[in-house]
Parts: sequence; C-alpha cells; structure tokens
Amino acid sequence: MFVVRRLAVSFITLLLATFVVYVLVANAGDPLGDLRTDPSPNRDDKIRARIDDLNLDQSVPQRYVTWITGAGTCLVPGGGCDLGKNVRGQDVSTLVGQAASSTLRLVLIATILAIMVGIALGVVAALRQYSGLDYTTTFSAFLFYSLPVFAFAVLLKQYFAIRANDWLRDPRIDVSTALALAVLSGLAWGALLGGDRRRRWIVRGVAAVLTFGVLQYLSAVEWFRRPSLGPVLITVLAFAVAVGFAALLAGLQRRNVLYGALTMAAIGSVAQFAVIPFLEDRTWATWTNIALLGLLTIAVGVGVGWAFGGLDKGQAIRVASLTGLVTGGFMVVDIMLRSVPDYSRSQRGRVFATVGSNTPDFQGDFWQRMLDLSSHLVLPTISIMLVSMASYSRYARASMLEVLNQDYVRTARAKGLTERTVVVRHAFRNALIPLTTLAAIDFGAVIGGAVITEAVFAWRGMGRLFVEGLIQVDPNPVMGFFIVTSVAYVVFNMLADIAYAYLDPRIRIS
Amino acid sequence: MSTTRPPSSPVPAAPVTPADAGPVAAAADRPGTQVEREFTIRAMSSRELITRRFLRHRGALGGMIVFLTTIVLAFSSIGVAGIPGWWGLDYASPATVVEGGRMSLDVMPSFLDGDGLAIGRHPFGQDDIGRDYFALTMRGTQISLMICLLVGLLATLIGVLIGAAAGFYRGKTEAVLMRITDVLITIPLLVIAAVLGANAAGSGPVVLAAMIGLLYWTTLARLVRGEFLSLREKEFVEAARAMGASSGRIIVRHILPNALGTIIVSATLTVAAAIILETSLSFLGLGVQAPDTSLGLLISSYEGAFQTRPWLFYWPALFIVAIALSVNFIGDGLRDAFDPKQTRVRA
Repeated sequence: MFVVRRLAVSFITLLLATFVVYVLVANAGDPLGDLRTDPSPNRDDKIRARIDDLNLDQSVPQRYVTWITGAGTCLVPGGGCDLGKNVRGQDVSTLVGQAASSTLRLVLIATILAIMVGIALGVVAALRQYSGLDYTTTFSAFLFYSLPVFAFAVLLKQYFAIRANDWLRDPRIDVSTALALAVLSGLAWGALLGGDRRRRWIVRGVAAVLTFGVLQYLSAVEWFRRPSLGPVLITVLAFAVAVGFAALLAGLQRRNVLYGALTMAAIGSVAQFAVIPFLEDRTWATWTNIALLGLLTIAVGVGVGWAFGGLDKGQAIRVASLTGLVTGGFMVVDIMLRSVPDYSRSQRGRVFATVGSNTPDFQGDFWQRMLDLSSHLVLPTISIMLVSMASYSRYARASMLEVLNQDYVRTARAKGLTERTVVVRHAFRNALIPLTTLAAIDFGAVIGGAVITEAVFAWRGMGRLFVEGLIQVDPNPVMGFFIVTSVAYVVFNMLADIAYAYLDPRIRIS
Repeated sequence: MSTTRPPSSPVPAAPVTPADAGPVAAAADRPGTQVEREFTIRAMSSRELITRRFLRHRGALGGMIVFLTTIVLAFSSIGVAGIPGWWGLDYASPATVVEGGRMSLDVMPSFLDGDGLAIGRHPFGQDDIGRDYFALTMRGTQISLMICLLVGLLATLIGVLIGAAAGFYRGKTEAVLMRITDVLITIPLLVIAAVLGANAAGSGPVVLAAMIGLLYWTTLARLVRGEFLSLREKEFVEAARAMGASSGRIIVRHILPNALGTIIVSATLTVAAAIILETSLSFLGLGVQAPDTSLGLLISSYEGAFQTRPWLFYWPALFIVAIALSVNFIGDGLRDAFDPKQTRVRA
C-alpha cells in the first residue's frame, strides 16, 4: 500500500516536472534561429516546414499536451511509443533506445568499478585511521571532488591517449620509470597490507623489488608488443586468488574452505587448456557461450564447495564459486590480450581510442570487437570512475568509522574473535547498509550522469541527445532524455528505500 | 565524588607542609592569599570555540588563504567595473602574437637553464589573436567567482526561507512547499542549469547566476526543513512561546542560530559545487558565452591546441581546481568546527 502511494505521488511529481522542463526548453531560445540567417533561396520553405514539424504555430502548453499524449502511449503495453520527432524528422523513441544502450554500456561499468574500488579503499582507510593511506585517500577524494570532469577528461584524452599510443609503438620501460613505479607499488602494498612498522617495511621492500623485476622482465621480453597471460601465469594467479578469497572471506584457519578453493583453482588451471581454444574459435565465441560457461563454473563451485564444506557449506560454496569465476575471468583476459597485436595492426597503432563508442564499420571477429569496445571504454570509464570513487570512498570511510565505534564491535573483539571476522563479518556488513542505498540512488542517476564525458569523448549517448536538442531548441529529444532519466531516478530511489527497509530491521519496526 | 575546590577557599591548615607541595598547597596554609595557577581557564562563547577549531584545522586555513588570495588576485589584477587594476594589459584587446604565444613566466633558476624568476610581458602566454592570457584567465576567474558566490548566496537565502517556513509551520504550508521542492529535485541539476543557461544566453553572467541560484536551493531547503523539524520540538522554543514571542521572532532569534552550523556548511559546499557546474556548462556551450569569458569556456575554446600550447589548458584548469579545492576544504573545516563531538581538532 505504501509502495502504491509512493508510486502515485512520484508519478504526479514526474508529470509536473515534465511540464516545467518542457516550458523551459521551449523558451530556451529561438527554434528558427539558424534558419533566419540562412542564405539559401528556399529559406522560407524550410522555415514553414520546420514550423509544421514542430508545431511551432501552437502555443507551448498545446505542444506540451501533444507531447504528453504521445508519451502516454508508452505506458500502454504493446502500443508503440510516440515521443515525437526531432528537428531532422527522426523518431525520438528509436534515438533514445540507441542512446540509452550506448550510455548504459559506458556508465554501468564505470559505476560498478567505482563502487567496488571506492568502498574497498574507504573501508581500508577507516581501518587504518590517521595513517598515510587514510590521508592520501581523503586528500585524493577531495581533489577529485574539486576536479571538473571535463578538465580531467580533456587531459586524459590529450595526454594519455596520445602519449600511451606513441609509447606502444616502442614499448620499453626505462630504468628510472621502472624504479619510480617500483617505489610506488611498494608503498601501495605496504599501505594495503598494514601491520606493524617492521612488517610494513618488509612488504614495501619485497613488493618494490618484485615490481622492478617484473617490469624489467616485461620490458626486455617486449611483452607489450605481444601480450598474453600464458598457462603458467594463469595457474599461479588462480591459486593466488583461491588463497586470497579464502583468507578474506573465511580465514586461513578454516582449512576445508581453503582446500575447496584450491581444488577449484586446480580444476580451473586444467580446464584452461580446453576452455581457451574453445572460446578462441570464431564459431564458439558468443555471449551466450560465455554466460553458459559462467553458469557451469558456478555449478562446479557449488559442487566443490558442498563437498568440502563442513559446517558452513554456504561459505565454502561462495569462496569456490568466486575463485572459479575469477579464474575464468583471467582466461578471458588472456584471450583478449592475445588479440591485441591484430587489433593494433587494424587500428594502425592507435590502440587507445578517444572518439566515439566504437570504430564505425569495424570488421573483426568477436574478440576483436570486444577489444574495440573496451579500448573505447577505457578513457571515459577512468574519467567517470575517479569522481565517483572519491565520493564512495568518503562515504564508506565515514560509515565504517561510525560502525567501528559501536559497542557490538567492541563486544565481538572482547569475545576473542579474530580481527578479520570482526571486520568482515560484523562491521563491514553493517557499514554497507547506508552505502547500498547510496549505490541504488547512484545507479538511478547513472543514465543521465555522463553528459559531460560523452561530450568530451564524442559518444552518441543520452548526453548528446540532450545537448544537441537544447542547442537546437528542440524539446522532443530533451524530453525523451528527461523522461528516461527521471523515471530511472524515481524507480531506483524507491528501490533504495525498499532495500534499506529490508537490510536494516530497525527501519522496518519503526 | 570529590569536587575540586578553588585554592582560595578555606582549607583546614595542615600542620606540616611537605617540601614539594607546590604553590597551591603552600598557599592553602595561608588562607586568603591569591594563588598563581599554572594555567588559566576562561569561558569561551560558542562562536569563539568554533572560530578556534576552524583556525586550527590546517586544511581549512590553507583553503581560506588560497581562496582569499585568488579573489584578491583576480579582482585587483585587471580591475573590475571600471576600476583599473595593476596589470597593464587588457583581456579584450587583440595584439600581435609574440613568440607563438608562449608563456613568458619563468621560475627556473639560472643554473638550470632559466632566466631566474621572470614574469615577462605575457606570463601566461597569448591566445590565438594575441590577447594576453593572464588577463583572460583573471577575467574568467572573476566571472566564475562572481557566479558561484552569487549562486551560493541566492540558493542559501531561498533555501533557508523555504526550509524554515516548511519546517516550522508544518501543515499545508509544508505540504505545498515540499511538493514544489520534490518536483524540482526530480530534475537533475545539470539539466535544469543547462536549460536555464540556454534561456539566459546572451543576457550576461549575472542573469545566468541568478537563474541557476533560483533553482539550486532544493537540497538546502530539505536540510533546513529537517533541522527545523527537530529544533522546534525543543524546550527553549516552548519557553519562548510561553514568554509571548511571536513565530517570526522564534524562528529568527532562537531556531535559526542553532541551525546555522548546518546551513553554513551546506552553503559552502553549494558554492564549491556551483563553480564546477558553471565551468561545466560553459564548457558545453550552455553557460557563459562570448563575449564574456569563463574558465570553462577558455578550456573548451583551446582544447584543440593542447598538443602545441598546453598552457592554454593548464592555467584555467589550475584556477578552477584551486577555487573548488579551497572552498571544499573550508567547508570541511567548517563542518568539523561546528561539530561538538569531533576529536580531530581541539579548540
């Protein structure tokens, strides 16, 4: 009942909002502006044609009514969606469909990554309050908050893409760069793994030396020219991931979970010799097959987890499935890396793309197309991610700090639980509750949130619909943009409230 | 539970005073003498406490200094509204392009192949038609600063008014005001600012600022309403009413000062958000337009020249980041200063 009432109120609010926006857009300038200064001989005909198309002879409220009745057909299932036509006569609903899929592709990945990394950083910063990592995270959060997205995107586009592409032509890392990177990596690992002074310095030293060694090896072998992961590396990574997940989610003392994860890693390492050729084959490389393989991995994970589970089968299943999926991910990465030389050749050496969402008229097999889409995604994703990440890490840190000061955490520690259990099983879950609502609301804002990034990287998404429509004083595409954006926003807001009530029993009762 | 007694109160004299008793105990032997303490306690008003906490917050202090320096630099260098500044060149007069418009600012000392600290004629270089870029950047900074401060002011005023009315009077007033706020919240800020920007195109930056400010108040209104809702239940409001205070007086004299902390912090963050919004809009071409400049417009105009003349990008970007960062730090400092429970900065 509550949900229905909320929906009704939101619907009316939305209706009023559409009216406000329509009136504002229709008055935002002269729709015949560019035609008035047109020197061509059939200027008057063009003016008349446009007046006809956009119903400019009617008053603004009348045009609004025409539009809203058209938009109302969208609510009727089965009927077509008439959102009007834009200035060039194209149907707005098809335009919106294409634009929405393009924008979603861009923003979804960026948002998911931002959430995962941001929350991880925020939580670790909260656990190590007042440490170097904490100050660095807080300061960079401030910095990225204050950095306008367009400035950063322009910087990335010009600096990164051009410099990186140039570097790829002769991909060698000189010693000074390798040293600098090694030092940074050492600092990062030391900050992440924490511990007392001695342990931190050991971690820093080991990480720096290893990083330096790896970078020099990669440079000597010219790995960047023909990148790949290779069966050995995949196996090593699979086992490392298994140990990592087991340590994080269950604690290394729970041997059966660890053995389950290791078994999963072993299965994966053996399976790669079948899976990789299978997926590399043109005929078998499709999204459905990849999805099916993913499901198969989860099924095997369930089986292995159940077998090794012991008292807490759920935990074992989760760890095993995650290990399996991540190992599968490494296999996919390997295939894609091995397609890079061909792709680079077809792009004449410009691997990192800066314009558009994909290369137009691109001929290539599945993996080439995947690589093309990914290379066009890299820079815009980084631009969006950094600002989002700043916001998430701040909220995660604040939320985690608040939870860590609660009494029940102190009780848990007093009971003698390991720090890992206290943090992962108790504190983290409770800290996630307000973050979930934030993430839900953020997802709602996602589809309208990339206007500037799309403008800088020339993606044909929702942002372009909006900006072009506004500049040409054409309400229909702008309204199309607004309807989709606001409906998504309202729906996700409601989902956020429901999720909050579901996750936090105190809200339900009050 | 023992209470600390001021040393001048009568204390039964001890027959023997230990040698290392210190001035307090020694003086206690001789009742009636004033003792010199090692410290003084002085009652501080809440305003003083807040100021002290703010000034001790290093980030906020730094932010304050940077912000004020930027304002002084921008407004004094090329002057404003007819008052001339100390920088000789004008931002609107084209000239011959000297040395490809390169920056004449040099900070490299002479032993590193530089000219020592030299400012030169065009420290930030020149643009395509030879206008001095330093003057252009300063003009852009002026306009951006003016817009964001105006937006902050307007948004705060309207937000406080609406939020206070809604929160205090409740009932029908609140319902109507909140519905209006909800309608406006549904529209994303960029959308509404862009639409208004297009409406205000050609009418100058002040009109743009006014229009954006007129619709930026929604978050603040909600916040203020929340504060008022909780504050109006407090006992001092009841007491004031019992003493015959009118509603207006209660709002202004009693509730508002208590809500001031949240309002000021929110206003500061609005200013920071406003500058990012305005520069983004100008970048898209929907905000400040020619012949006025704005930092966002400068960046978008010279985006293509980045390869050969990167300083045309870096200087406006630097100023945008400096302003936004300093205001954000000030906001953070204010938030910590107003929060009585925080432990990071001691008064």
